[in-house]
Amino acid sequence: MALSGVEIFKHLPKTNCKKCGYPTCLAFAMKLAALQESTDKCPDLSEEAKKFLGAAAEPPIRGITLGGRGVKVGEETVLFRHEKKFVNPCPIALNIKDTEGADAITKHIADVNSSEIDKVGQMLRVDLVCVTDESGDPARFAAVVKQVADGAPNAGLILNSSSPASIEAAIAHCADKRPLVYGANAENLDAMVKIAKEKKVALGIYAKGLDALSDLSEKVKGMGVTDIVLDSGARTAKEMVEEYTMIRRAALKKSFKPLGFPVISFVSRDDSVLEAAVASIGIMKYASIIVVNSIEKWKTLALLTLRQNIYTDPQVPMQVEQKIYKIGDANENSPLLVTTNFSLTYFIVRGEIENSKVPCWLAIMNVEGLSVLTAWAAGKFVAGSIANFIKESEAPKLVAKKELILPGYVSVLSGSLEDKLGDGWKVVVGPREANQLPAFLKGRAA
Amino acid sequence: MPFVIPKDAYAGKVNALTFGSGDKAVTVGGDNGLPFLSFESSIPNRPLIALEIQDVAPSDWPDTVRTVYDGVSDSPAKWAKFCQDSLGAKIVALRLTGTHPDKENRSAEDAVKTVTEVLSAIDVPVMILGSGHIEKDAQVLKAAAEAAKGKECILGKAQEENYKTIVTAAIANNHKLIAMSQLDVNLAKQLNILITQMGFNKDNIIMDPMSSALGYGIEYTYSVMERIRQAALVQNDPMMQTPLLCDIGPNVWKTKESAAPESELPEWGALTERGIVWESVTASTMIMAGCNLLVMRHPKAIETVNKLISELI
Repeated sequence: MALSGVEIFKHLPKTNCKKCGYPTCLAFAMKLAALQESTDKCPDLSEEAKKFLGAAAEPPIRGITLGGRGVKVGEETVLFRHEKKFVNPCPIALNIKDTEGADAITKHIADVNSSEIDKVGQMLRVDLVCVTDESGDPARFAAVVKQVADGAPNAGLILNSSSPASIEAAIAHCADKRPLVYGANAENLDAMVKIAKEKKVALGIYAKGLDALSDLSEKVKGMGVTDIVLDSGARTAKEMVEEYTMIRRAALKKSFKPLGFPVISFVSRDDSVLEAAVASIGIMKYASIIVVNSIEKWKTLALLTLRQNIYTDPQVPMQVEQKIYKIGDANENSPLLVTTNFSLTYFIVRGEIENSKVPCWLAIMNVEGLSVLTAWAAGKFVAGSIANFIKESEAPKLVAKKELILPGYVSVLSGSLEDKLGDGWKVVVGPREANQLPAFLKGRAA
Repeated sequence: MPFVIPKDAYAGKVNALTFGSGDKAVTVGGDNGLPFLSFESSIPNRPLIALEIQDVAPSDWPDTVRTVYDGVSDSPAKWAKFCQDSLGAKIVALRLTGTHPDKENRSAEDAVKTVTEVLSAIDVPVMILGSGHIEKDAQVLKAAAEAAKGKECILGKAQEENYKTIVTAAIANNHKLIAMSQLDVNLAKQLNILITQMGFNKDNIIMDPMSSALGYGIEYTYSVMERIRQAALVQNDPMMQTPLLCDIGPNVWKTKESAAPESELPEWGALTERGIVWESVTASTMIMAGCNLLVMRHPKAIETVNKLISELI
């Protein structure tokens, strides 16, 4: 992926035979580098070159789908979200120890099943459960895995044990759910690889530090496992930031294949607020799966909100739903304001209305997430479209007085908007900046 | 294939900014790499947290954080002393919110009185923040700067529309300055240029890129800050090398998440922890993007973030 056209060119026959459809081998190499062509087009490519270039065309960080609803992790392409969208939001996993009592485990399962929240139209939830073998007893571990698999059928599973016997016993209850087996280390490697290959599941591998982890990863891959999840043993926030940064840089910038896999992060703190803060570091800095010890609703809300924010496409403006928002205890005598559905516009305007303590109706119009002036310039926030939106919305039923407050930046629209609205509507020009809204609204209320 | 640590080289460095007077003076900034990557850069000064107090008792803070200061918030001096002595604040940020024309419209003289009282009550460094009203801040901060002469406070926030008066007052009275712009890399740079063109030393500026709260556009602030840091460090742009300030309290504590009772939104869980985690995670997001100085409100959130910073260093 990270190969340049010139690097690829070195591996081509350099005959300029044109069989690929391009005038020169170099031109073909450039197309390959841009991932716009396939090596198949060159009939004279050596086997060795095919293998090399084929590997280069793979995504630099492998994508892996885990069970349950099917959560995809990995396949990231950048280090900073302003360059390009972060691709696959990291699932949150709840850690359950097999030594916990049956009631506690039942409660954990219920918490996972009820973890779903609706955040700006997206349904977010705790997607995975990590069952940890603390007992050392394969029967007990398997029983808890079965309880979780049956009790939370939609959640994906991580089987956390270094004992092949425990994994064997547990996987019998959930092989169809594509669990992540975590995992393999230098000692149990052969047995774990055998299970992963037989059951066709992803394998988590653990080695302390990135030298040892790279060696282990190459070994496991050499033994025929392709779906690998990495754990470098980073447990403190500092280790997480540093090691995950190195892993992602190595994979993306150095095309270092042994570390081109998703990363699993275990965050465990006695203080749940601190655990949330440390987990937030994993969300920002490159963890692909984050295992936590508790999922209080306030904590899940904060972590899933941050994940949604960080994984938002920076090139597509964040939008909010088109509708009439009720702010405070608005009634039929409350003012009606209109603005666009760019999320920042919405949040700022809403915040200032709340500051004013004047209950209002806020009509948010869908202009594909543009701000007021941009939408106006693009012809999307103009008299005709605003009038149609207001008339077709529930606004006429919500307010007794047919009066609409328009953002000051588009005051030029007020006359034509009044005409288009007709039916006795009056348009009032509001302030240009949201921070002038409290004074404006309070002035009108007085 | 042996693993080689993929290090990045940085051409630039963030300025170190020292403020406050005497042995309680503090320094932020000075980092010569992206946040918390000790294998390739150093962080001579850890990010610090200022506790926010106000000139008037906070009527609009949610109970979770307002009640922490019951009994002291009626007097700015008492409140400041409580932060320093009981909560161990290393910095106190006094927000003159009562001077806002839409609030109590307190005068510049009132502000001077408050500033003087607070400065004589504590010896940790003080940040003096206006109410955010462009015209009024110019008057209030000018008077406050004179009253605080010799204390080397951080004064702010200077914005494009009112920076001239505030910069003049900061120069005349030897204070540091917050330059605030609205979520835009180029505007941030432009304001730093305008301020230095008045003869203000760029090493005495701290930049506020405009904070936002978790769930309310924080990704914009995060990316603007990451880009500012890269401009400072990778492109070695001297006008982007000022430390970064994030004043998160007002944004965090007006969100629905920090204020809506659990009875109304049972799926959001316990209100007290929700407010605290909201401020904590907002802060952790800002420090990962390169923030050097935070202004926060809840002691438990501050404790959490301080622990996190200790783990990161």
